[in-house]
Amino acid sequence: MVKIKINNSEYEVRDDLTILQACEHAEKEVPRFCYHDRLSIAGNCRMCLVDVEGSPKPVASCAMPVSEGMSIHTNTPSVKKAREGVMEFLLINHPLDCPVCDQGGECDLQDQTIAYGPANSRFDENKRAVNEKHMGPLIKTYMTRCIHCTRCIRFADEVAGVNELGAINRGEDTEITTYLEKTIDSELSANIIDLCPVGALTSKPYQFEARPWELKKTETIDVMDAVGSNIRVDTYGWKVKRVLPVLNEDINEEWISDKTRYACDGLLNQRIDTPLIKQNGKLIESDWNTALFELKRLLKETNSDEIAFLIGDFVDLETAYLSKKLSDSLNIKSIECRQEGCKIPFNHRSQYLFNSKISGIDETDCILIIGSNIREEASIINSRIRKRTLSQNIPVALIGEEIDLTYKYEHLGNDVNILTDLLNEKNNFFKKLSAANKPMIIIGQSLLNRNDSMQIYSLLETFTDKFSIIQDDWNGFNVLQLTASRAGTLDVGCFQKNRSLEDIYKDARNGKYKLVLSIGADEINYKEFKNCQIAYVGTHGDRGANAASIIMPSAAYTEKDAIYINTEGRLQFANKANFPPGDGKEDWKIINQVSELLELGWSFIDLLDVRTSLFNDFPHLSEDFNEQVNIFTKLLENKSKDEIEIDSKDIRTIKEKKYDTQHGNIKNFEENSSQKVFNSKWQNLNDRQREYLRKYNYPETWLEFTENFGFKVVNDIKKKNNIILPYEEQYAQSLGKTWDDLTYNQKKWAYTKRNKNNLIGLADDANFTPEGIVVINDNQEAYYAKPKEIYFENKNLSLSISDFYINDSISRHSSTMAECSRARIQIRNPLKEKAS
Amino acid sequence: MLKEKDKIFNNLYGDKSYSLTDAKNRGDWDQTSDLIKKGSDWIIEEMKKSELRGRGGAGFPTGLKWSFMPKDPNSNNYLVVNADESEPGTCKDRDMIRNEPHKLIEGCLLSSFAMNAHNCYIYIRGEYFNEAVVLQKAIDEAYDAGLVGKNACGSGWDFDIYLHRGAGAYICGEETALLESLEGKKGQPRLKPPFPANKGLYGSPTTVNNVETIAVVPAILRRGGDWFSSFGRTKNTGTKVFCISGHVNKPCNVEEEMSIPLKELIEKHAGGVVGGWNNLKAIIPGGSSVPLIPKSTCDTVLMDFDSLIDVKSGLGTAAVIVMDKSTDLVKAIANLSHFYKHESCGQCTPCREGAGWMWRMMEKIARGEASSHDIDKLLDVTKQIEGHTICALGDAAAWPIQGLFRHFRDEIEDQLIKKVRAA
Amino acid sequence: MSENLNNFSFSDKNKLIAVDILKKYPVERKNSAVMPLLDIAQRQNDGWLSRDTIEYVAEYLDMPIIKVMEVVTFYTMYHTKPVGKNLVQVCATTPCWLRGSDNIVKACKEMISPEQNTVSNDGLFSWMQVECLGACVNAPVVQINDDYYEDLTYDTTKNILQSLIDNKPLQVGSQSGRKGSRAD
Ligand SMILES: Cc1cc2nc3c(=O)[nH]c(=O)nc-3n(C[C@H](O)[C@H](O)[C@H](O)COP(=O)(O)O)c2cc1C
Ligand code: SF4
Ligand code: FES
Repeated sequence: MVKIKINNSEYEVRDDLTILQACEHAEKEVPRFCYHDRLSIAGNCRMCLVDVEGSPKPVASCAMPVSEGMSIHTNTPSVKKAREGVMEFLLINHPLDCPVCDQGGECDLQDQTIAYGPANSRFDENKRAVNEKHMGPLIKTYMTRCIHCTRCIRFADEVAGVNELGAINRGEDTEITTYLEKTIDSELSANIIDLCPVGALTSKPYQFEARPWELKKTETIDVMDAVGSNIRVDTYGWKVKRVLPVLNEDINEEWISDKTRYACDGLLNQRIDTPLIKQNGKLIESDWNTALFELKRLLKETNSDEIAFLIGDFVDLETAYLSKKLSDSLNIKSIECRQEGCKIPFNHRSQYLFNSKISGIDETDCILIIGSNIREEASIINSRIRKRTLSQNIPVALIGEEIDLTYKYEHLGNDVNILTDLLNEKNNFFKKLSAANKPMIIIGQSLLNRNDSMQIYSLLETFTDKFSIIQDDWNGFNVLQLTASRAGTLDVGCFQKNRSLEDIYKDARNGKYKLVLSIGADEINYKEFKNCQIAYVGTHGDRGANAASIIMPSAAYTEKDAIYINTEGRLQFANKANFPPGDGKEDWKIINQVSELLELGWSFIDLLDVRTSLFNDFPHLSEDFNEQVNIFTKLLENKSKDEIEIDSKDIRTIKEKKYDTQHGNIKNFEENSSQKVFNSKWQNLNDRQREYLRKYNYPETWLEFTENFGFKVVNDIKKKNNIILPYEEQYAQSLGKTWDDLTYNQKKWAYTKRNKNNLIGLADDANFTPEGIVVINDNQEAYYAKPKEIYFENKNLSLSISDFYINDSISRHSSTMAECSRARIQIRNPLKEKAS
Repeated sequence: MLKEKDKIFNNLYGDKSYSLTDAKNRGDWDQTSDLIKKGSDWIIEEMKKSELRGRGGAGFPTGLKWSFMPKDPNSNNYLVVNADESEPGTCKDRDMIRNEPHKLIEGCLLSSFAMNAHNCYIYIRGEYFNEAVVLQKAIDEAYDAGLVGKNACGSGWDFDIYLHRGAGAYICGEETALLESLEGKKGQPRLKPPFPANKGLYGSPTTVNNVETIAVVPAILRRGGDWFSSFGRTKNTGTKVFCISGHVNKPCNVEEEMSIPLKELIEKHAGGVVGGWNNLKAIIPGGSSVPLIPKSTCDTVLMDFDSLIDVKSGLGTAAVIVMDKSTDLVKAIANLSHFYKHESCGQCTPCREGAGWMWRMMEKIARGEASSHDIDKLLDVTKQIEGHTICALGDAAAWPIQGLFRHFRDEIEDQLIKKVRAA
Repeated sequence: MSENLNNFSFSDKNKLIAVDILKKYPVERKNSAVMPLLDIAQRQNDGWLSRDTIEYVAEYLDMPIIKVMEVVTFYTMYHTKPVGKNLVQVCATTPCWLRGSDNIVKACKEMISPEQNTVSNDGLFSWMQVECLGACVNAPVVQINDDYYEDLTYDTTKNILQSLIDNKPLQVGSQSGRKGSRAD
């Protein structure tokens, strides 16, 4: 630690920081273009100049380390002048094309011009123009806008490991290009779009699609591989316009693969948007009631050992859990998620997880990759290994097909026997493995899907012992899953202990099965299931849908709130960014409704309900969750009743504004829970993480707990909404209580049940909250309808969509796009409608 | 006037051959191993006594610079000799290389030994093809004679010396750009810190010195630091090769005592200014990067680091560019602005964008299409570049313009007004 | 301009030279050899670097092509377009300009081509204006291929060019008859 002064205030900072980083700690803003904390320091834009006492010239703060006693000034007139100067230089040759530039609104140059730039131009000469460069189908270039910060080159060289970008010529003729304008051959290439501080490199598929400020931004989780990269989904209307990375140090840092970024294009193509039923060999459009009742009939009439459940690669945890629950309730043994045929009888999570965690790569000192093209299969993990090899030059070896991994590694061969050689010390790499303190093996799926995978697996266990891959505080036994769902589906037991997909196929060939329920399983060879009814729940017209006779449209990953468990076993919450097209429904609801129809004795009110049950059944998945609940309980125990008052109108505001100041310990809760769950301070959490803590821990548990402890809920739903809802009263009476006596969840339940007859109606999708009813306006923005805005035309219990008419600007609430658009037609002319 | 016997470079004009035999006759390679045996501390001490300041332009005390190099025998130190000589007006290193290469090679051995470096690279500008051929031949001669290589001169010190040719880039004279270039990259200066003495060539401790700095080392060590510091004034000692070009009757390179009056230098050695001293308009005293000085200053100024700084110029490379009254000074400086625009590496913003802008404004003024307001703008732009860049090229581009307007603004404005009136 | 990909490889002589060049640098630092290798490649390829020469050098050193391209385009002595058999480089920086480099340029325009960087019809010449060649006390200066011609005038320049056309022997260095940089 060193003591420094910034603008005359004293700070103590780590001695390995640069001045710019120290200023960041001290929350003193220093503008910059070329500096990026994940790339090497270029120091070329000169925007970050600051004054340091004793130095005759201003210094580039991004490149200068702090030293004891340094006195830094970020706000002197000379610093201001230097910044203005740099801004002016950057602008003299920058085109004035912000109105047609895709970067507009999120352009560093634009922002900093406003903050630091000169008011007008003194440059009377002609501006420089640079030819556009071709960089492939993803990256659009407009090199006249380039400010030569070289972030893109540094990214390609350092992170992506492809030396394909360069700056040719010199002086003012410098141009960024690839050799002969070749496409950048990297699975991470499009990250340079985010890195480019100006509009020189923009996204080709996104060009002229939208303006950033028009987009709704939802932070969520990617499902294109098992890494679980944190992403932000930007939607315009109901369309996903683009996907961007979100910082998560433990997983994807701030990169995403090109696949993750551009998979969203697929959300618009070949979507199933309505239930379909095969009649006379043809798929006919149907409706939910028919489809669900048909599925119910089939499930009921078929013998349980004649049914197979197949679980696909994008299935969220809740759906997997419910599918498993459904299969258990129906006593169906053939449930399988391992579509590529893995037969290992996993007994414990650590047998199929990436145990060291991705961040463990930063600690390991020797890596052996077995049977994985990790660059393709988990680009983000591969770039992490690259980073490690660059910073520490640790030994990496590969058994498997020889490929370009972007870093140096030893290729031991493409033969599993090498494992035995290593064990018997016949292969020289064994020395490096034995010498390592924290050795790591990464096991690819290709190894686990072989016919002899059982032998290999037991071999790996000896291997692990021999090289101390698992120690008290280190577990370097890493299985690399390939799909977003797999760790989760295995966790909730969607697989057969001593059988594999092969056995299901074998049985199918023998005519054992009559019915297959496929939850998004598209990697299955459906030809094996002759004379079988196949019911398919999924999003796209893929293999499963082609084979099916009943098709039910579900929601893709951006279209639902859901949990995914990544290859590390890390639980992550995906958030709904848009709606499934047409009549598509969130997957868990489909299974839930099947269960309701079959009257199996269980069904859930809402996702939270599912999750509570899930975490009850699989408490190990929710250690953090439970722990927080405990902390929370303890907190409340020490409070007297009067101390707590809950205004359900806006828990968040109250909590922040009131309790933060009055009750330090409520704040502690935030701090504690954030430390437990995210291993980070509350203030360091990103919005999504905070949202998570609030959404999934706070309001619900809060209300339940306050009720358990007998605290008063000040405003309840009824009072707030000023609506007479006869059914709710009836419901309360059916429970032998009055409305006021009901718990929050019971009230919600009441709303839900109200529409039970209209199975697919809106009520089961409605988001009832203490604030009112969530409505979606024409811009597809959800917000809480004020009580006055809602009235019911029809007090009859069989409400329909039009019952949720709301006057003036608001359309209505619905979960499906089709309903929404239909409803909107009506709303455009509400008076006329009513008159007729 | 420097006596013939006190000249270090007695074959500066190539009257004799550069060959080893002739060089030995001139006293090179004389008992070199004895000097080495005195130890590196002695050498550095002697260099400090000599008060030699780097001859590449910046004038940093050489002995002090050498003392920064790690003494640890395991440290893989390098000496890199800067023979990139591209500063307009400067052509002294060329003569040393083609006519006195053995002085340089011997200097390399002695300085490398002092700095605990077993390897030395000489980076010579690519255009000096014939000079490189000569130097390579001289190196080969030295290897064949056992003067360098394993157990150089029988001193027990292993020393290898390599020649590396540039390919046309002034910026590669900047020491860190030179190292980048030597590593096979574009010659773009590095950020400092780390300084080359910590992390230089291939990440190892490195010292970069000018050809002249290294070539005078054997003489200093043989005749003593005190001998060298007896020339010139304190802190501005020794003999120096001056390059006198431009409007003089006899342009030439000449070795003289440091601190010689500028007027004396020109009149004695370069045949005087064309048309007589009174026909003098201005002089750039230290290569294109330093501000020019008007005749009135030239009358009295001494040619050394400190007195030129006192008149807001600099000794730089001691390249004296003389301009007589016929010179269109704006064009002369605009020409230099073009040079800097052409040579900017393009890495950092102020230099990349500013150098071209300054040149365009200078051209405008030269064409008479500018106003006094434009001169203010131009000067403001020079201020926005100066001190804000990674290397000193930005400053070097800004200073000549500042110098020009410092001394001749009124005259230039008058001309601009005249041109406007005439139009 | 017809270019056949990967048509280029070092001549036998240059292969030996290249091996010697590589010896100058630490084994793991062979990128250092890129400049000298480009130089010999350019000499072999009639004074300019075509696509295949660049790619050849990149492959020879196992360097990314774009990084070789950066080097090629950064340094002025590498030419990516064909040049004349005699490449005449006229220094026009201030010291030379003060002593009449405009006249030299004029001579080139008259004898070679009105525009610089244009190969004359017979392929014998191209000329270009360059920045300081570092022979300022012998200004004005031109460099023709590897040799400097100094202390020039309009007439001596024309004589030199004529001699090249006539294939007559030439006096390299000062044209005024002085020795090196001595004041005469
Ligand atoms: C733009 C620029 C160009 C330079 N060119 C040269 C040069 O051609 N030759 C040289 O010796 N030093 C040159 N220098 C100075 C070197 O950076 C460095 O200071 C010098 O080589 C150190 O050697 P010395 O201590 O012996 O002077 C240049 C500096 C700059 C900023
Ligand atoms: S293209 Fe963008 S990222 Fe690359 S150097 Fe230019 S401004 Fe920087
Ligand atoms: S200015 Fe022309 S050689 Fe120096």
